[in-house]
Amino acid sequence: MDVVLQILYIIVPAGLIAATPLMLTAMGGLFSERSGVVNIGLEGLMVMGAFGGIVGTLMFESFGFGALSPWMGILFAVLISAIFALFHAVASISFRADQIVSGVALNFLALGLTVFIVREIFDRGQTDTINTRIFRTNVPLLSDIPVIGDLFFSRIYVTSYIALFIIAVVWYVVFKTPFGLRLRAVGEHPMAADTMGIKVQRMRYIGVMLSGAFAGAGGSVYAVTIAGNFASGTIVGQGFMALAALIFGKWTPFGAMGAAIFFGFAMALSTSAQQLPGLQNIPQVFFLILPYVLTILALAGFVGKAEPPKALNQPYTKGSR
Amino acid sequence: MSDMIRGRLMNILIPLIAIFLAFLAGAVIMLFSGNDPIQGYAALISGVVGEPYDFGETLMRMTPLIFSGLAVAFAFRTGLLNIGVEGQLIVGWFTSVFVGLIIDVPMIIHLPLAIAAGALAGALWGFVPGILKAKFEVHEVIVTIMMNYIAMHVVNSIIRGQLLESGQRTGFINPSASLESQFLSELTQFSRLHWGFFIAIGACIVMWFILWKTKRGFELRSVGYNKNASLYAGMNVKGNIVASMSISGAFAGVGGAMVGLGTYQYANILPSFTNIGFDGIAVALLGASTSLGIFLAAFLFGGLQQGANMMQAGAGVAPELVEIIIALIIFFVASGYIIRWALGRMFSKKEEK
Repeated sequence: MDVVLQILYIIVPAGLIAATPLMLTAMGGLFSERSGVVNIGLEGLMVMGAFGGIVGTLMFESFGFGALSPWMGILFAVLISAIFALFHAVASISFRADQIVSGVALNFLALGLTVFIVREIFDRGQTDTINTRIFRTNVPLLSDIPVIGDLFFSRIYVTSYIALFIIAVVWYVVFKTPFGLRLRAVGEHPMAADTMGIKVQRMRYIGVMLSGAFAGAGGSVYAVTIAGNFASGTIVGQGFMALAALIFGKWTPFGAMGAAIFFGFAMALSTSAQQLPGLQNIPQVFFLILPYVLTILALAGFVGKAEPPKALNQPYTKGSR
Repeated sequence: MSDMIRGRLMNILIPLIAIFLAFLAGAVIMLFSGNDPIQGYAALISGVVGEPYDFGETLMRMTPLIFSGLAVAFAFRTGLLNIGVEGQLIVGWFTSVFVGLIIDVPMIIHLPLAIAAGALAGALWGFVPGILKAKFEVHEVIVTIMMNYIAMHVVNSIIRGQLLESGQRTGFINPSASLESQFLSELTQFSRLHWGFFIAIGACIVMWFILWKTKRGFELRSVGYNKNASLYAGMNVKGNIVASMSISGAFAGVGGAMVGLGTYQYANILPSFTNIGFDGIAVALLGASTSLGIFLAAFLFGGLQQGANMMQAGAGVAPELVEIIIALIIFFVASGYIIRWALGRMFSKKEEK
């Protein structure tokens, strides 16, 4: 029993930490897709977020903000990613570009633009490492609870708890406020929403910009907690995994959260399964591909059918039938 | 001006305008980052046509891009968006190298066998999203994205576990499966240009033939235009969807074989995607899903990627500028609606006068 607990003490915090950027980014995807705009560009928005998080932190460090710098860096990243998402919004909402193609372009553009700027500023392919990282902490009092304290409240980043709180807020906003109702209406049946006086295009712009903000938060949290610097290889696939979490979670906040945590555990297991009794015989590749295989199965209806918002991937033209 | 001619003209004008706007934006970025755009673009061009070596490398780079472009375009003609070209290319690359490594038969059998193995692997990787789309109506985009990661992780783990020779790669393939061409290489100052370039040209013709000269091709395009009408006309819509994704995957798989048997002669552990597959989306879009268009677009993107090195060396511009330009070309081509609208206004004003 002790051995199992020792394992869990390693795996559970590691899984939660890996899941945090995914959860935040999946919330971004939720706002965009609930408004009817597919967002394959989450990956690129996360890249922009990671870039903004690191560059912002370095900037605020040099201004003398000290330990506050990474938090300011995250805010900076949220801001520039929301603005960057406008590319996707303008192309896919106003210019009626194919939303998927526009998202693919966004991914290219984010990587090209950020690495280009990094090269111009730092004269090499990666940034300096930030000095004031957000470190793992124990939660006072709660971490003293036997077993549970060690599992959930020790050696973990504060950002993970904040992310969980944010998800609750997102759920409330999307399902319990007039704004959320309008957002979902626009994604399900834009013409009906338009008839009721909701500004479809504006709601979609808000949805896409929020997706930028949240994906920016996800990317920057990854950068200032786990990575510590930014290069072209900082974000590789987390954005797509967040998209997978969103789909696996059936486009709901808590579903996506559960999926993200599950994927986080798979990621944590893939790196530490070799040391664990009973698991070391399972090849690492199974843990690596698990999130993707499960997503495909979920879509095919083997793990409960995942139904996307009805007007997803359809540009809306006023007056069309 | 008749509508038909105008439509044709638009199809050529929109990509050209998109390219122009993207290069213009690239120039603005260079200006803002303290570089000289004229010097930068001069270096880019000399990096493509300056030396025979550069030109050979450009043709080498465009070879897999032609295949990934054809793959995306083929699926697109049937109304499917195959984002999974990247994964199909990776499994094609690996499988062709695997056959090149373990079998030892004369070239006349070995080389076609290795290429066919790549095609088959790619087709299989395309078949899965195809069948899921046909049977369960799962959107192919998400499945293919997931299949990309599965391809990369599975191939990496097989190489790491079974075939690791030195560092991060497998051994070199047997010469009997190699596309290497001493003649083409010497012609271009020992670039890595290989016979695959001509196979790619052949593939352009094959795609044109399948789509426009066979019954299957007619059905595929018909399904792309209108699924319900095709069904009503008695076509097997589901079968065509599966066929389209499989053939598309086969094109991508052969593209991978070109990289494995031609450019590198081995397969290696990939730390991230090759991006050849994703670039294929740009190639197909810019080439308007036609064989000739894809050939020209692949040349443009191959040239951009090759010339990027010279931009760095000759003008001090970070090579990532090229990625920005490619991304912007995709944006502008995809936003063709607004270019069409703007052009339409210009034309109609002229006609009023």
